[in-house]
Amino acid sequence: MVTVSEIQTEAEFEEVAPKKPWSRILMDLCRKQPLGVFGLAIVIAMILAAVLANIVSPYDPLQEHYEAMLAPPGTDSFLLGTDEFGRDILSRLIYGSRTALLVGFVCAIIGATAGLVLGVASAYFGGLFDLILQRILDVFMAFPLIILALAVVATLGPGFQNVMIAIILPFIPQCARVVRSNALAIREIPYVDAARALGFSNARIILRHMVPNVMAPYLIMLTTFLGQAILLEASLSFLGLGVQDPVPAWGLMLTNASEFFEGAPWVAIYPGVAISLSVFGFNLFGDAVRDTLDPKLRSR
Amino acid sequence: MGKYILKRVLLMIPTLLGAAILVFLLLRMAPGDICAVRFLGTGMAVAEDQIQLCREQLGLDKPQIIQFFDFVWGYFIFDLGNSMWTGQPVTHEIAIRFELSMQVAIMATIVATVIAIPLGILSAVRQNSMTDYLVRGFAIAGIAIPSFWLGLMIILGLLIVTQSWFGEPWMPPIQFKSIWEDPAHNLAQLVWPAVATGYRYSAVATRMTRSAMLEVLREDYVRTARAKGMVEKIVINRHALKNALLPVVTILALEFAFLMGGLVVTEQVFNLNGLGNLMVDGVERQDFTMTQNLVMLVVIIFVFTNLLTDLAYAWLDPRIRYS
Repeated sequence: MVTVSEIQTEAEFEEVAPKKPWSRILMDLCRKQPLGVFGLAIVIAMILAAVLANIVSPYDPLQEHYEAMLAPPGTDSFLLGTDEFGRDILSRLIYGSRTALLVGFVCAIIGATAGLVLGVASAYFGGLFDLILQRILDVFMAFPLIILALAVVATLGPGFQNVMIAIILPFIPQCARVVRSNALAIREIPYVDAARALGFSNARIILRHMVPNVMAPYLIMLTTFLGQAILLEASLSFLGLGVQDPVPAWGLMLTNASEFFEGAPWVAIYPGVAISLSVFGFNLFGDAVRDTLDPKLRSR
Repeated sequence: MGKYILKRVLLMIPTLLGAAILVFLLLRMAPGDICAVRFLGTGMAVAEDQIQLCREQLGLDKPQIIQFFDFVWGYFIFDLGNSMWTGQPVTHEIAIRFELSMQVAIMATIVATVIAIPLGILSAVRQNSMTDYLVRGFAIAGIAIPSFWLGLMIILGLLIVTQSWFGEPWMPPIQFKSIWEDPAHNLAQLVWPAVATGYRYSAVATRMTRSAMLEVLREDYVRTARAKGMVEKIVINRHALKNALLPVVTILALEFAFLMGGLVVTEQVFNLNGLGNLMVDGVERQDFTMTQNLVMLVVIIFVFTNLLTDLAYAWLDPRIRYS
């Protein structure tokens, strides 16, 4: 039996809990999720690089230094060398983090959110709507990620926005599928019935009662998408179907690298390191989010 | 079980039809077509009626619904039409590249299995130790490193190492020779792309092995086996691993279908003339017949792998049939 005093202590607890110093919370986190904290550090470093790009980068990423084409790292304060047009690689990498982060966040958020809405609606309405929607999602899920993205880019043409659409589209069914299966279980819980019996509108039941309860799978999918989107953009740009020159983008920087890399390996090495490191960071962070939110989903 | 199989097979029909419609529409929504690409590519001035003639020859002037019908009907009469670019039958173009892509895919699967299963077991058995963190880091790195970049680095590494050891740089051969014809030449060419794709592919399987093993190691019968005083090695290999392998095999099977997608980029790096390369060329040249059939090929492989996995699961675990 719960007594009044117990409830009071619980209330006190809630007040006390947030007062835990930040350093302590960080320490706890480091102990429980060392890989996740490492990932978060990479992500934060990347965000800082993107935000402060015009302060920290030594050169203009678009400026071509014809006197120093394919200069090796270290010459004339080109810390990581220059590319075939004499553009400073370090500056291009720093500015490239803007492209990567923008694509990553926009695609992950839109893709996951659209999936959330479709998934919950599909589970809530059920019946014919669910059946048809699921068949449509089946169709999209039958394509490997990059092939669907490739087909969309082929249709819309290359370019920044089109690449983002090509990345978002395959994400939606993935998230919708996961959210739907979670939402199906929630629909059976009595409080949804109660809400319906009270005559609440469908929109209200979906938004207030069902969506908050599928936040865990939603956030998990969202963090997984972050890394995937960056990788996919890099692959499409590498194939020449993504972001177009002279926009600094990591995948694009590798497109011509194979022509020069015998004589100038740095052109090929650093952008790949940047891609790998950032996706690595996002994935580690995503894994930690997954472990924290739902230990049962730790399957992949 | 019979009813379940029937239901699953019937469910494939709308998926395949939907995929066909989607591919067909996506390709034709793009501005321009192969005739424009071909004539404008030459840089010469072209008369409008010449382009029109080209369209007529390729059947691009027919109503879209008829074109779509031709595309789908092709699968029933085993005639996928001719490539709009080379004029050769699509099946022929696919057949001459199939061996290469299939071999890389199989070798990549072998690489993935050899990496994933031992590492996954090790990571699970030593959960939360340094080894575990290293393996998990290695697996996540596999997902993070783009396989095309890994390919570039492998080629670069080969150049540098052979330069310093033998005095002259060595590159993998470019010309494809069948493994039956010249195994040494063949392997020297294809081992590298297989490693580049296989590492990425192993990452997902490593994580799957780890989590499946962790689950199984907590089961009562494993504790019983240990309590009996059974040697740990036998407990793991004979009792735990056997039951943990099912999801791992599933992942390997499903990812196999996705390898085609991975090959699209890797083949570019290694200059391989395989199916992935054919697809990128098809997209660039707006060769509709080629691209739509290649994409459908991937979709069909994927849908069938999915079906087989589902059926295998249903056969092994009767509860699935009713859900």
